[in-house]
Amino acid sequence: MTNAISEITTDAELLFLIGTNTTEAHPVTGYKMRQAARRGCKLVVCDPRHIDLVDEADYWLRQKPGTDIPLINGLMHIIIKEGLEDKKFIEERTENYEALKATVENYPPEYVAELTGIPVDVLYEVARLYATTDRAMIFYTLGITEHICGTRNVMSLANLAMLTGHMGRAGVGVCPIRGQNNVQGACDMGALPNVYQGYQNVTLPAVKEKFEKAWGRPMPDKIGLKIPEMFEAAHEGKVKAMYILGENPVLTDPNSHHIRGGLEALEFLVVQELFLTETAEYADVILPAASFAECDGTFSNTERRVQRVRKAIEPIPGRANWQTICEMVSRMGYPMNYASPREIWDEMASLAPSMAGINYDRLEELGSLQWPCPTTDHPGTQFMHVGKFTRGLGLFQPSDHIPPGEMPDEDYPFLLSTGRILQHYNVTTPYSMGIMSVWDKEMAELNPADAEKMGIKTGDKLKVTSRRGEVVTAVRVTDRVMPGIIWMSFHYSETPTNALTSHHLDPITGTGEYKVCAVKLEKI
Amino acid sequence: MELIKITIDGKEVEVPAGTTIMKAADSVGINIPRLCYDPDLSALGACRLCVVEVEGNRLLPASCVTPIFPGMVVKTNSPAVVEARKTILELLVANHPLDCMTCDKLGNCKLADYCYQYGVKESPFVGEKHEYAIDDTNPFILRDMNKCILCGACVRACEEMTGQDNLSYLNRGFHRKATTAGDVDYIDSDCVFCGQCVAVCPTGALQEKTMVGQGRRWEIDRVRTTCPFCGTGCNFDLAVKNGKVIGVLSNPDSTVNQRSLCVKGRFGWDFIYNEKRLTTPLIKKNGKFEEASWDEAFDLIAQRFGEIKAQYGSESFAALSSARCTNEENYLVQKFTRAVMGNNNVDHCART
Repeated sequence: MTNAISEITTDAELLFLIGTNTTEAHPVTGYKMRQAARRGCKLVVCDPRHIDLVDEADYWLRQKPGTDIPLINGLMHIIIKEGLEDKKFIEERTENYEALKATVENYPPEYVAELTGIPVDVLYEVARLYATTDRAMIFYTLGITEHICGTRNVMSLANLAMLTGHMGRAGVGVCPIRGQNNVQGACDMGALPNVYQGYQNVTLPAVKEKFEKAWGRPMPDKIGLKIPEMFEAAHEGKVKAMYILGENPVLTDPNSHHIRGGLEALEFLVVQELFLTETAEYADVILPAASFAECDGTFSNTERRVQRVRKAIEPIPGRANWQTICEMVSRMGYPMNYASPREIWDEMASLAPSMAGINYDRLEELGSLQWPCPTTDHPGTQFMHVGKFTRGLGLFQPSDHIPPGEMPDEDYPFLLSTGRILQHYNVTTPYSMGIMSVWDKEMAELNPADAEKMGIKTGDKLKVTSRRGEVVTAVRVTDRVMPGIIWMSFHYSETPTNALTSHHLDPITGTGEYKVCAVKLEKI
Repeated sequence: MELIKITIDGKEVEVPAGTTIMKAADSVGINIPRLCYDPDLSALGACRLCVVEVEGNRLLPASCVTPIFPGMVVKTNSPAVVEARKTILELLVANHPLDCMTCDKLGNCKLADYCYQYGVKESPFVGEKHEYAIDDTNPFILRDMNKCILCGACVRACEEMTGQDNLSYLNRGFHRKATTAGDVDYIDSDCVFCGQCVAVCPTGALQEKTMVGQGRRWEIDRVRTTCPFCGTGCNFDLAVKNGKVIGVLSNPDSTVNQRSLCVKGRFGWDFIYNEKRLTTPLIKKNGKFEEASWDEAFDLIAQRFGEIKAQYGSESFAALSSARCTNEENYLVQKFTRAVMGNNNVDHCART
């Protein structure tokens, strides 16, 4: 996030939510949005589903799935036509504005209304509201990124914020609410194929040299494989061995039959896990993992805030995860002799300028610190891009409409969209006895009009089939979803929704198009 | 802002206009007893325990909702005030089960603490007592409305912290009850089981069900940590007794969330004790997993990763790190992939 969660209640005058069901997927952030809306902060919700926050919203833009770019372009079209853009910000802080202007010229309100399903007058009102509100924050999550055009969706939101000067202050910005507890941290730590910790590019000679010196081994300078490419390479026989820590791609990655095939093709697989998961079943060796309650360390939240994780009980398998990894690697002839996670952090931070000022003593004293935090006397950074962007000038990256990779047709007439429900967190909470005692099975959402045509009532069962697989699910009949759409979560191993999801990926990030694919439904 | 001088218990205090007597007293370390007041919720003035004497006022105003005025002279502990507080406590206790010896909230019960402070053992007021059925129908929250003192903290937390508006007041007088619409059990209501009501409840009316019978409050160690579920980054305390986690308790010092949590963070932690937890390394032999020692597992991994790298080259290895694991663990995995396996094939589920 460019900005901080606290600004929702302390600074924002408008919250623009798109593709985020915040009260369910990030509940405590969602509570704050609700509090803000109730104290008078304007709330715009863009979502095809009637999520809870719609009930608090000033405007609900119930757009058709996969129409984010035309919607945002349409808003920018109106803003420019009405002269509501921030000319000073554009002039001083950005480049490529003319190209943006040329692209959005092609998205007049009438055309956008047709593509998105949002009435023209609502487009005008929301465009004016966003442009003329001084402190307006944009929030998005996977409803924006889990599309074939996910990166382009994000760029479009950045265009909108820059066009109106909503950057580099409190109460503005573009705020992706990150999914997992430490997805921000895993990225920050360089668990990515193109960067070391602190986003230092693996292809830069000076960076390579720095890490060769620090780690005492030659460093590879070719960008590595992204997850989908890893499984593709496994299918092709190029990747022969894998180590998987605390992930269950068989349930969580799109098009799971393809993942299973990749894992099957491996010669050797090591999985470090809490449970014998669907992915661990394919392992040759399973290392038992310790849970968050059993390890010291840190997580970094969605607002770049580094916070302590503290060991409350002894590791149930006898070893904390860092100890297991260190021993495994040491046996391979590369000694990892850390006395504690604190020492690991210190080494990491000493090689990452943006986090060099964060250490366990300061975290103990202050509770948390937000990077960038380059020195130990730096207070951390609540909001970013003050005065200038990381790259200097903000680059407008105009995009045209990119329809989803697979849309309903005669054979597969329903659109499947997926997401999280309040009571579950991905594929971990199904191991919570308390939670499973109440919310124990998938309840796919289906519009009453469709349900009536098919003779389906809440509690009935459906077979859902896509071109890639089939699952069985119970149904909840509700107008939370539009006609023609079925919505499912992916939490339950008995209904592995990702057997259905699309094989289409965002070409830049490799993120799967979980939000749109075509399915057919049969009552059983 | 205009500063106003007042006197509290003989002490001169200067605070901004509009400050309540209670906050003015707090600012100089004078602690006025309070049951319904909660710093994170709107002030209600319902319990009256925070009454004080104000010179020139023949009534005893509730300090949590009474703003100061210039020259105000306040006594927080005069005989009249103490007498009033004792009577309030006696009235509360008149209709409260005095089963404190087995109540899990003892040690964190404000009602018990104030009764102790004011020497209230039993009530001279004898009358009808509530006999509400205990709401035990959900796995997370034990709700005993017989112990409710109608401070309204749960109602306010549900509305002001979570915004769920699931609780309100029913009936009048003796029959007044803080409850759900239609007075149904939590599980049959719109409750989202965030547990904010439990976090603010000053008595044993609302309790974490997993903690019942697991230990007295003073025996519990609290270990502050960060939630392992979504990216909001809530902090809370793990309640630990005898080396075992028995619950999650809100920690008001939490930067992001203060005392708010969701059903997953507050009640989903029990996955750590799922009987399916793996406790020992497993090695697949002839298609079946067999238990192995750590040494066997580590040696086999070192051997096979080494062989595969030697036979097929560096590019034949890939690592999936984890957005659920710590920064330190992720750092080690990418360092291992790059420094030992010799490629950049390391990724995690940020993109999937």
